[in-house]
Amino acid sequence: MLIMGVFTLYFLTPIWWLLTTSTKTGGEITSTAPLWFTGNSAGTFFANLGRLFSYGDGLFGRWLLNSALYAGVGALIGTIIAAMCGYALAKYEFRGREAIFNIVLSGVLVPATALALPLFLIFSRVDLTNTMWAVFLPSLVSPFGVYLARIYAAASVPNELLEAARLDGSGEIRTFFTVSTRLMAPALVTIFLFQFVAIWNNFFLPLIMLRDQVLFPVTLGLYAWNSQISQIPELRSLVIVGALVSILPLIIAFLALQRFWSSGLGAGGVK
Amino acid sequence: MRAHYGKVTAAFAMISALALSGCSAGGDSTEAGAEAAPCEASEGPVTLNFTTWVPGMDEVVKLWNAENPEIQVEVQTGPNGNSGTYQNFFNQIQAGNAPDLGQIEYDALPNFRVQDGLENIAACEGVADAQDKFVDWTWGQVTFGEEGSVYAVPQDSGPMAMYYRADLFEAAGIEVPTTWEEYAAAAEQIKAQGSYITNFPKQDVNWFAGMVWQNGGQWFANDGESWDVNLTSPESEEVATYWQDLLSKDLVSTLPSFSDEWNASFNQGQQWTWVSAVWGATTLSDGAPDTAGKWAVAPMPQWEDGGETAGNWGGSSTAVLKGSEHPAEAAKFALWLNTDPEALALANELGGIYPAAKSATELEAFAGGVDYYGGQKIYEVFADASSNVDPNFTWGPTMTQTYTDVSDGFGAAIGGSGTLMDALENGQQKTIDSLKSQSIPVSE
Repeated sequence: MLIMGVFTLYFLTPIWWLLTTSTKTGGEITSTAPLWFTGNSAGTFFANLGRLFSYGDGLFGRWLLNSALYAGVGALIGTIIAAMCGYALAKYEFRGREAIFNIVLSGVLVPATALALPLFLIFSRVDLTNTMWAVFLPSLVSPFGVYLARIYAAASVPNELLEAARLDGSGEIRTFFTVSTRLMAPALVTIFLFQFVAIWNNFFLPLIMLRDQVLFPVTLGLYAWNSQISQIPELRSLVIVGALVSILPLIIAFLALQRFWSSGLGAGGVK
Repeated sequence: MRAHYGKVTAAFAMISALALSGCSAGGDSTEAGAEAAPCEASEGPVTLNFTTWVPGMDEVVKLWNAENPEIQVEVQTGPNGNSGTYQNFFNQIQAGNAPDLGQIEYDALPNFRVQDGLENIAACEGVADAQDKFVDWTWGQVTFGEEGSVYAVPQDSGPMAMYYRADLFEAAGIEVPTTWEEYAAAAEQIKAQGSYITNFPKQDVNWFAGMVWQNGGQWFANDGESWDVNLTSPESEEVATYWQDLLSKDLVSTLPSFSDEWNASFNQGQQWTWVSAVWGATTLSDGAPDTAGKWAVAPMPQWEDGGETAGNWGGSSTAVLKGSEHPAEAAKFALWLNTDPEALALANELGGIYPAAKSATELEAFAGGVDYYGGQKIYEVFADASSNVDPNFTWGPTMTQTYTDVSDGFGAAIGGSGTLMDALENGQQKTIDSLKSQSIPVSE
């Protein structure tokens, strides 16, 4: 219990610091107690927020939207692809099934960072660098999602049910979308969350691919601002408030989908 | 046919010689001049890409776009050079889709030159004549001393001076130091009062290089054949021994620069001076707001009594990257960006740029007194410093590696193992190894 308390403190202190510091002006960051509020916290916080969203013609809002688009749509489509793929591997017998599965599985072992530069050179060939597609397309694939979907489909979708659906005249695709996806829902939510978090936090790929800052996701944008602090010190407080705002969607996504998330993880783990 | 064959071989030999030797100067200069491609204007409307990390540059470019409908410029802003933009440039140059123009700091230019990442714009209209418009030493940075070669247009510079707490010096009855000897003596007196004269920035090896620069030292030289690495020259040693002495006696603090605790230390009056570049003026006023009005600026302390030398810390250029289809237009824009009074004024206002153009001294922003510095006209001090920077200082082609190795050594020296001089010796060896591993010739 004590150990848990220590670790909780260890993980939560930086977030607490982020919260308190976001209520300070650039000068107050260094001149006031680091882990507590100042007299005019609320006012400064909203002033910081206002500056954050107005700086550079509302660039930060654009970055948030980009992140939401990359992560939201990317995770949604990525989940569907992973689910179909995993389901097919679990429920249909065909030549090379295990070979395909093993190849996909080995993809889990290759870090995304290692693929970024080859991807850049490929995308350069087809003139897609510095476009949304450059970040969006590579986010759609999730080897881990395929793995999870296969395990879960094998465990939770009974073959008898599929037989029954076929006898009733339902096509395979219709069966998948109306019957199987419902049974696989916990796993799908898990895959979606995994993908959402991975894309939201993805940094290296956009760093390499994108030049135009209106295309940046919020992680890269904050990083770019942070690297300019020694030149433009006023960015310091914007980076801090921006970091706080940028983790809120993740917290919301987790809290909202938590129920599904834990049951999904458990199911995959036991199998 | 034979003539053609000969020409191709000669050209190939020249290219590989250039690639191998990196910068060429002296004997190679005529060949390098011949290599400069003719710079012809493109037909019809042109769109240029420009990657920079100076905030507000898009606003400056709007001025240009309004006046030049035939040459439109699109700005992309990224993280600062060493945080990713340089690596992106190299990737893009390799993939053949680099932007036409890029911001490159002076200490990174040789790296791009060695990797053949820059267009020689010497033949472009107006470039050769622009030399007189820029502070001498900045022009040396973009030509590498080669005849008939210009690889970028100087943008900003960081002439150094000494920020000091005028109120504290006066109250304590300590003379403001004008030589490094007096500076060390003042450090002892200030320590006796429980404060530090300054902070030694172990990560900012380019700051240390600025100190060596002031002392007339050279870290790198290139004779057109090979690179000479000299981190351990007598001038370097003098600077290293001096700061090692202050560190050993605990007369300077060792906080990570630009960190919160570093700012706090200045804000709470723990730091009495900061020997830094002109751009440090806003760093200080933002990081230490409670000390407003108490600071002043004096020239850097001197190694010799009555000397006037100054160092430089930072500064960048606007380079035309390899593969640009419109070098003439790109060069024209780069010249405008860095010499036009309106552009310079706006870049200073929005991006904090201290221009490399000589006309900077005429800008309104640099004319008046600054309240944070007790109303002192601090930019006059920096303008003087700028004209006293040694024009011959050369950066090496692997500065990122050199900085990392020396910085690691500095950290160790602060931790008590080894000295600053050991760090330089180690950095020297590592740099030579690194050059050799990239097949860049080194003279030993």
